[in-house]
Amino acid sequence: MALLEVETVDTYYGRVQALRGVSLTIDDGEIVTLIGSNGAGKTTTLRTISGLAHPARGHVRLRGLDIGGLAPDRVVMRGIGHAPEGRRVFARMSVRDNLFLGAYVRKDAAGIRSDEERVFGFFPRLRERRNQIAGTLSGGEQQMLAIGRALMSRPKLLLLDEPSLGLAPILVDTIFQVIKEINSQGTTILLIEQNAAKALQVANRGYVLETGRIVQEGSAKALLESPDVQRAYLGI
Amino acid sequence: MFLAAIFLILAVVLTPKAATNFPFFLQIVIYGIADGAIFALIALGYTMVYGIIELINFAHGDIFTLGAFMSMPLISAFGLSEGQSSGVVVWLLLLVITVIVMVINGGVNVLIERVAYRPLRHAPRLAPLITAVGVSFILEGIMYVWRGASNVHYPDLLPDTRIPLIGSASLGVKDIIVIVTAIVLVVLLTIFIGGTRLGKAMRATAQDREAAQLMGIDINRTISATFFIGAVLAGAGGVIFGLYFNSVRFDLGFEAGLFAFTAAVFGGIGNLQGAALGGLFIGLVQAFATANFLPGGAAVSDIWVFMILIIVLVFRPTGLLGMQVPEK
Ligand SMILES: Nc1ncnc2c1ncn2[C@@H]1O[C@H](COP(=O)(O)OP(=O)(O)O)[C@@H](O)[C@H]1O
Ligand SMILES: [Mg+2]
Repeated sequence: MALLEVETVDTYYGRVQALRGVSLTIDDGEIVTLIGSNGAGKTTTLRTISGLAHPARGHVRLRGLDIGGLAPDRVVMRGIGHAPEGRRVFARMSVRDNLFLGAYVRKDAAGIRSDEERVFGFFPRLRERRNQIAGTLSGGEQQMLAIGRALMSRPKLLLLDEPSLGLAPILVDTIFQVIKEINSQGTTILLIEQNAAKALQVANRGYVLETGRIVQEGSAKALLESPDVQRAYLGI
Repeated sequence: MFLAAIFLILAVVLTPKAATNFPFFLQIVIYGIADGAIFALIALGYTMVYGIIELINFAHGDIFTLGAFMSMPLISAFGLSEGQSSGVVVWLLLLVITVIVMVINGGVNVLIERVAYRPLRHAPRLAPLITAVGVSFILEGIMYVWRGASNVHYPDLLPDTRIPLIGSASLGVKDIIVIVTAIVLVVLLTIFIGGTRLGKAMRATAQDREAAQLMGIDINRTISATFFIGAVLAGAGGVIFGLYFNSVRFDLGFEAGLFAFTAAVFGGIGNLQGAALGGLFIGLVQAFATANFLPGGAAVSDIWVFMILIIVLVFRPTGLLGMQVPEK
């Protein structure tokens, strides 16, 4: 059974329809990427999965169980972590408190501590700055914190919304390295990227979203070679 | 800058008063601090509720009055009355009564949030604001029906003992109790907000509600907790107000609430330390004005407080300790 199934979902902001019959599936262990230009509906797709938005029609299923109407805190408990667009770290709290809150749904103190170590292993910068107030971190460090924080709930599925946006190229490479590493340690990932070339390099499969519709899907390799994708998203 | 100006003006106006009759000045400062401690307890609830749902909870002052009103039947029920020698038993019973009032008051406020504000959480901001004004009227109406329109005598249970200081100045046991109660509660609140899981969840919800939800925080719970704690503090404030002034009235919360709101704005709305300091400051300003230390005298003491509110709003909307809150 697929880990996640999004089935013909329509999502609205008030009267504005942002998603039109979006369907996608994610299997255990995959990295799946969702590419598309600004305003295509990528963020809305993630918000619909994590419960920040609710589908007006269609279903979101996690291992066959419909989670489409659940509040976000319930969705987290069922194993979906979401590092949202714009990082959204708790700016007036320390790095450690941010990570602590990431583990809010857990009770196993020992496991939480070892996962904090794991996050510090991925991002040594965060260890150095663990007592610093998050709002004073650089953009790249905040992104690391946002990813680390989402990992602290030990999600089965991790949703990443443009983790490389606005970062220096060297940091972008670091972030993509870590994404691969997280995945190889057993976390399934749904990755949104403007940087389609990079995303398709790490992903197994991808979907292309245009004005709220999935217009293309396939293996990362096939998408990289698709003339439409090349023209629209890879600048070739 | 402007704060420096306010303090400078106050210093210039007050120094001669302090010089001519220091014991009297000291006495006024003590009254101001005791008053301010009560404003601080109310202001904390204002600032916490604003911090988490951006609602100026106009009913909060009445929640304070409700605390005082609810304690009166409890005082009778526990067999306390004026003129008893105030032994350890009386102190313990008063503590128990205060705790009961705090809990019930918290429960009432949670219920109010559930019924009146939660359904409007996604409505335009004006809607919950007007609802809060309505809740204020309802609470005052209930207390009006309950104890009438005039001042109600509140049992004088605390000793009138005073510790002499310099000259005619003295520190009353009542002053000490009010101030110590406020300090203890503020310290407990700080520990709770800073160190506990729920406290951190409340701060997270205040800083970024959606991000908090993505952590698995049930924001209905953190918002309820905020209303609960705000009312707990205001309820304690109501009881110590009654014990201190021995007189309460159904509409007490109207002015006290506005003063506490001013204190919260002065300190930087959303900021706990700011609200506590702002409460003290407003208490002092009011005491100075009432003692004719400030131009215009006692008759215009309210004007001084609200002038400060206006000056703060104009020149430094983020208040004394306010953080730069990004516009949402
Ligand atoms: N809060 C909102 N209110 C109204 N419309 C929105 C809101 N957020 C996004 N939209 C609209 O929904 C569409 C999809 O947006 P989004 O999912 O953010 O796209 P992407 O992440 O692909 O850039 C856009 O047309 C956008 O204007
Ligand atoms: Mg987006």
